[in-house]
Amino acid sequence: MIRLKVNGSEKAFDGDPQMPLLWYLRDELGLYGAKYGCGVGLCGACTVHIGGRATRSCITTMSAASGAEVTTIEGISQKGLHPVQKSWIRLNVPQCGYCQAGQIMQAIALLDSNRRPTDDDIDKAMAGNICRCGTYQRIRAAIKAAAEERA
Amino acid sequence: MNTISNVSRRAFLRGVFSAGALVLGVSLAPETLLAEADNRSKGDPRGAVFQPNVFVAIEPDGTVRIVAHRSEMGTGIRTSLPLVLADELDADWDRVKIDQAIGDPRYGSQDTDGSRSIRGFFDTMRECGATARIMLLTAAARQWNVPQSECEARLHTIVHLPTGRKLGYGELATAASSLPVPPRSDLRFKPSAKWRYIGKWIPGYDLRDICEGKPVFGMDARVDGMLYASVEHPPVLGGRVKSVDDKAALSVPGVRKTVAIAPFTPPCGFQPLGGIAVVADNTWAAFQGRQKLNIEWDNGPNESYDSEKYKQELRATSRQPGKVMRSAGDVDAVFAKGGRIVEAEYYVPLLAHASMEPPVAVADFRGDRVTVWTPTQDPQAVQETIAGLMGINPENVTCHVTLLGGAFGRKSKPDYAVEAAMLSKAVGRPVKVVWSREDDIRFDYYNSVAAMYLKAALDGKGRPIAWLQRSTFPPISSLFEIDAVYGGPGHLGQGWTDIPFDIANLRVENGAARAHIRIGWLRSVANIYHAFAVQSFADELAHASGRDPLEYVLDLIGPPRIVNLEGVRYPNYGASYQQYPIDTGRLRRVLEIAAEKSGWARRKNGGGTGWGLAVHRSFVTYVATVVQVEVDDKGQIRIPRVDTAVDAGTVVDPQFVKAQFEGAAVFGTAVARTGEISVSKGAVEQANFFDYPLPRIAEAPYQTNVYIVESEAPPGGVGEPGVPPFVPALCNAVYAATGIRVRDLPLAKVNLASRKAA
Repeated sequence: MIRLKVNGSEKAFDGDPQMPLLWYLRDELGLYGAKYGCGVGLCGACTVHIGGRATRSCITTMSAASGAEVTTIEGISQKGLHPVQKSWIRLNVPQCGYCQAGQIMQAIALLDSNRRPTDDDIDKAMAGNICRCGTYQRIRAAIKAAAEERA
Repeated sequence: MNTISNVSRRAFLRGVFSAGALVLGVSLAPETLLAEADNRSKGDPRGAVFQPNVFVAIEPDGTVRIVAHRSEMGTGIRTSLPLVLADELDADWDRVKIDQAIGDPRYGSQDTDGSRSIRGFFDTMRECGATARIMLLTAAARQWNVPQSECEARLHTIVHLPTGRKLGYGELATAASSLPVPPRSDLRFKPSAKWRYIGKWIPGYDLRDICEGKPVFGMDARVDGMLYASVEHPPVLGGRVKSVDDKAALSVPGVRKTVAIAPFTPPCGFQPLGGIAVVADNTWAAFQGRQKLNIEWDNGPNESYDSEKYKQELRATSRQPGKVMRSAGDVDAVFAKGGRIVEAEYYVPLLAHASMEPPVAVADFRGDRVTVWTPTQDPQAVQETIAGLMGINPENVTCHVTLLGGAFGRKSKPDYAVEAAMLSKAVGRPVKVVWSREDDIRFDYYNSVAAMYLKAALDGKGRPIAWLQRSTFPPISSLFEIDAVYGGPGHLGQGWTDIPFDIANLRVENGAARAHIRIGWLRSVANIYHAFAVQSFADELAHASGRDPLEYVLDLIGPPRIVNLEGVRYPNYGASYQQYPIDTGRLRRVLEIAAEKSGWARRKNGGGTGWGLAVHRSFVTYVATVVQVEVDDKGQIRIPRVDTAVDAGTVVDPQFVKAQFEGAAVFGTAVARTGEISVSKGAVEQANFFDYPLPRIAEAPYQTNVYIVESEAPPGGVGEPGVPPFVPALCNAVYAATGIRVRDLPLAKVNLASRKAA
């Protein structure tokens, strides 16, 4: 039996320990914020936080997530809008929106560890998150705006 | 002509809207169909199960409900079309609720492609809003017993001007619902100066939900009791299962069964590819089971398809005389005279859509009915294709349209939704089919590979006196006709037969090519390769003549005029040529604006820095793009700045428009830098983002500035027109930076480190 915490609540799982966390969140818990995009950790659509660190849930097995404290976009939203979400809305970042939960989770983790990221910092931190609609310029602006708001 | 009907009392609306709501429907399909639907629902013992073709309903509580009948894939259309209606109604946007339409032929075409939703429905939405407003005015005037001319609509209320009395829309809805629809001649539209929403930034209807991770994409659709499926498709188009051993697959925990999906009967159209599906308790188990399948394939005749060999065939065809699609003057006579002749060949490979959300669908098949939830650009194609292949009535297929996690044309084809319906029927439970990224990349409907040959004879100033262009590509029509080898007029009208240059001797040709893979629409379609060839060649000729590309391209376009396409089969993206002609004045203007805003006149090329430009009209919108590029010693490129000028006529939401052109620069970067699907032994060689890479944040243009030309011309498209000029503008910039001319895409295959002095 694998035990973990998801958005603050205790969960237990007795299925395939090799199953990625992403499919547990989606198919078992019905938490659909983290998205499937590539299954191999190349696109970032599945990004969640484990212990506050941005993590690709599509390549994190349930056995690796044992004992973890997992936060998904739903967990962020349940505390009201995060400054990153607010600046995402203000700067009208999303187009289709599919990758944006992952982008937002990645950006929150970046700002938690770096209060005033430079362009280079943003390029490095966000390099793993693909947006096919091409909203990168607004993502960059929204991260900077959120950083300023928090400063 | 559209007919607006007061359908408030129609039987089929019961239970959909509150009693006493004012409901106006627009019949885009004949009125008789609506009457039939009404009768059918009356006779249906289970009650009305379908949605009517309603565009607006005003509930007694004041809620205004507007149907979005087009699919939302990121362009903002689900917001902007209802916004047009709300503006003309003078509704309070905060009290508008949007209902996403299911598939229904009574909406007219719902196929959300071709950048034509605003163009096609702007007037309809305004008429519907104006009609509802007048009915509310009439209802108020009657209630107060005053002349209607003393009343005015003001943000969700009707005001009696002399006395200041007010009635809310909700209070008037029931009275208005018993009024006849005013004739079109009575409609008075707001002047554009009074538009409340059109031309302003109104946030997308789903914006906040998206940022909170709430909205339902196709990947998030869920039905109680559903199973999950993943399909192993034949690696080669037209392949069949010779034998299958599913023992190991069935032993994977959570796997329930395997189901064979029959191979398609050619032509492939929108049919599933066939193969073996693994049905399981969750997505992961289905994926795992699939990997354990042991299948022997009969690959069929397309096994000999090799993209490198095919490239050489396309090139060879383009060097030979082709089918003449447009001809003016006598190109051959000028070429025969000799003088200064320039020739060049260009090549663009197959491209995949790779939307972030792979194809996915949930279907629930019961009796002779099926309900589908899927991210589709064309819910009616879902209905028709499922009905046709499963032998049921299209009306028995209900297609719910979720949000689309990107689409770019891929989700106009419903093969994946058909798989879900077939599998649900086979297992007797709702089934969700999830395509993996690998499935998405390997089994796409690819943008056509194309080889272009161009030849020009130049006068003493370097201006072409004769111009020949020949394009060869397997056409999209090969999906529907096995023997199709030539491009149709619509396909060729994308940047080829509509070349706007002012050249006396001009010939446009098309060579024949047979398809060995599924070819389909991808954002901008044939404009991608045609604009690449024409705008690269124009740049080559400018440099060959020692002239500034800006001045040279303006000279090629010639004086402001309407391009005469008499005798050319040119569908003009389905728009009337009279209303949407090719206006070279507008083409010149966007180019001048983009050049001016970019600082073109002050540019400094060379030493790894370069500027390039291109201008192109597509989807009846005019776009010019200037790209600045930096190429380092290793040949790596960086795009610090892009300036794009857009004349799309009347613009509904400028924020959405800007976003589309910012995104188009990134999409164009993907096409130019790394876009290539290759095929060996009939099978696609790429699989995921490691071998079909997309631009990441540092590789995308750092800053894309979009300038929207203010215009009262009728609206054009905005989703697609940004991509075609971007690609040649980037390659022209690479030339300016390095002296290396890129004629074969993608750039990733060109060694840009061997920089020459530009």
